[in-house]
Amino acid sequence: MKIHEYQAKNILKKYNIPIQDGYTISDINEAEKTILKVQEDFKTNDFVVKAQIHAGGRGKGGGVKYSPNFDSALKNAKDILGMNLITHQTGEKGKLVNTIYITEAFNIKKEYYVAITLDREKRKDVFMVSTEGGVNIEDVAKNTPEKITKIWIDPLDDLNINDAEKLANSLNFDNDLKNQAKNIFINLYKCYKEMDCTILEVNPLIKSDNDKIVALDAKLNFDSNAIFRHNEIPSMRDLSEEDPMEVEANKFNLNYIKLDGNVGCMVNGAGLAMATMDIIKLSGGEPANFLDVGGAANADTIKNGFKIILKDNNVKAVLINIFGGIVRCDRVANGAVEAVNELGLKVPVVVRLEGTNSEIAQDILTKSNVKIVPANDLKDAAIKVVNEAIK
Amino acid sequence: MSILINSNSKVIVQGITGSEGSFHTKQMLEYGTNIVAGVTPGKGGQSVFDNIPVFDTVEEAKTNTNANASIIFVPPRFAANAIIESAKQKINTIVCISEGIPVRDMIKAKTIVDNNNVNLIGPNCPGIITVDECKLGIIPGFIAKKGTIGVISKSGTLTYEAIDQLVKNGLGQTTALGIGGDPIIGTDMKKALELFENDADTKGIVLIGEIGGTMEIEAALWANENCSKPIVGFIAGQTAPPGRRMGHAGAIISGGDETAIAKMKIMTKCGIHVCNSPADIGKKMKEIL
Repeated sequence: MKIHEYQAKNILKKYNIPIQDGYTISDINEAEKTILKVQEDFKTNDFVVKAQIHAGGRGKGGGVKYSPNFDSALKNAKDILGMNLITHQTGEKGKLVNTIYITEAFNIKKEYYVAITLDREKRKDVFMVSTEGGVNIEDVAKNTPEKITKIWIDPLDDLNINDAEKLANSLNFDNDLKNQAKNIFINLYKCYKEMDCTILEVNPLIKSDNDKIVALDAKLNFDSNAIFRHNEIPSMRDLSEEDPMEVEANKFNLNYIKLDGNVGCMVNGAGLAMATMDIIKLSGGEPANFLDVGGAANADTIKNGFKIILKDNNVKAVLINIFGGIVRCDRVANGAVEAVNELGLKVPVVVRLEGTNSEIAQDILTKSNVKIVPANDLKDAAIKVVNEAIK
Repeated sequence: MSILINSNSKVIVQGITGSEGSFHTKQMLEYGTNIVAGVTPGKGGQSVFDNIPVFDTVEEAKTNTNANASIIFVPPRFAANAIIESAKQKINTIVCISEGIPVRDMIKAKTIVDNNNVNLIGPNCPGIITVDECKLGIIPGFIAKKGTIGVISKSGTLTYEAIDQLVKNGLGQTTALGIGGDPIIGTDMKKALELFENDADTKGIVLIGEIGGTMEIEAALWANENCSKPIVGFIAGQTAPPGRRMGHAGAIISGGDETAIAKMKIMTKCGIHVCNSPADIGKKMKEIL
């Protein structure tokens, strides 16, 4: 799960990480008051106005503006709030800026990069720092990987003081700066671990002109499997950042991802669901979605699945592909017949059922009067549904 | 012969009294799995399914029954501790079905599993079946037939699909295992390949991966140097958009090597017979043999 920069910074603050602080607004009428409050509370005369969206590259897209005085901050607030921000991560459509963050500004001496994430191959968390902050870290990793220092952390331990020192040394900090950095690194890992983060990134972490280390930006993602341990996290979710159909599918416990094609599909199991999308493409069609109905597919699941898939007007045909293990194919067949009748489906439906009780299921489909095209196997199903979609 | 489990496996079921646990215990018993005990904290002293004793802890279960394998059906928030409990008792093969275990808990459990030198399969997997001998997990037993092919897959239903295609092409299996779709799992592809390579009865291996992580690549590079048996491969997610999590917690493309196309390319280079279509897995294996 993703959250906004201001939410991430509020969490870092609790872990004693010095941040570039400020306040958010979603209503431009609040702007003047808020800028004055930032001025007073953080003793600053210049500001930064920052769009709050769940995507990187905000600065380049014009969503982050330095503002040397009140008037400029007000103008930038008016420009950014409500703008459609396009970055390399938002896609062509961009994202509407509903909230802006008005913060204090710092004079920057140097920018650094700091991140913690899981290294899947080593099965350990990896702490990464670089002297090349404020830029796209993927480019640094590609062109000058030697400028990124990595420390792997023992899963049964925390970031220890020696490793924190190594990280600080690699950024050429000494004396007081080194102590500041060591504490920040230890606290960042503590935050990452305690909050069940999957990514914690501060880019840039800066050294200010008065030799203070400050987190200028922050990105935290949480492990959705661990949210039960954190009562405060669900309220930080911003549904306007998510696809409304995916949010709807979530309510039915369905795993749905919208794509751009015209062949809808409903499958049990994530791997088979991806493989079904692949074979639709190989057969000359384009999948309209990923939909895993899970291990307990029944008549209701199928009905809800149809409802979600058919909200997408691009869908011209639907493929149901179920390999029944625990799932009984006869129940799925009954569910499909029921759903087609009840929802008065206009699009053709191709059904492939294999596994537990598949023969009874075939019988149910053949004897029903609804227009369902039965398929024998995966390939047959894909060819049939693609043909139906272009009819 | 087979890998990891066989008719001599003595199995405990962790979470045997829960709804999932008891449903699948019945299925496993019907398949012929030798289940010697169940473990549910607080329910020790009971017995279920005609005299299978239930213990409070894995330690008691092991002391009393000499179990050497465990299958875990407990809710995700308790599952990592269930794995750790079995690992510390040196249960040789531990299978965890539970989906949704926090990553933080799993990296800890994985470390303890490795420190105790035991085998973990999963989590978030359908389990493992050695045909006509022993089944740990939820793979429907009736689809598999005894034979000479080993099956390794990250996905549950895609494992069933592969088994079914093999059978329809006249090919049975030695052992089939779903290794799990989470970012942190126990037995990985390379390890599973190695086990099949060393199993005399296995003549060919099906390897099914998906987007996310680089496990398929490590397995392919290992196979290129060390594997004498033909491998048929498939990678699910050729049409998956980058940056999106496709159902499985681990199925997300976060780097160039994690796409289906990149993995398929490297696997092909390493001598693996890669199918573009998931419908060709069985046919391809038959052609090669």
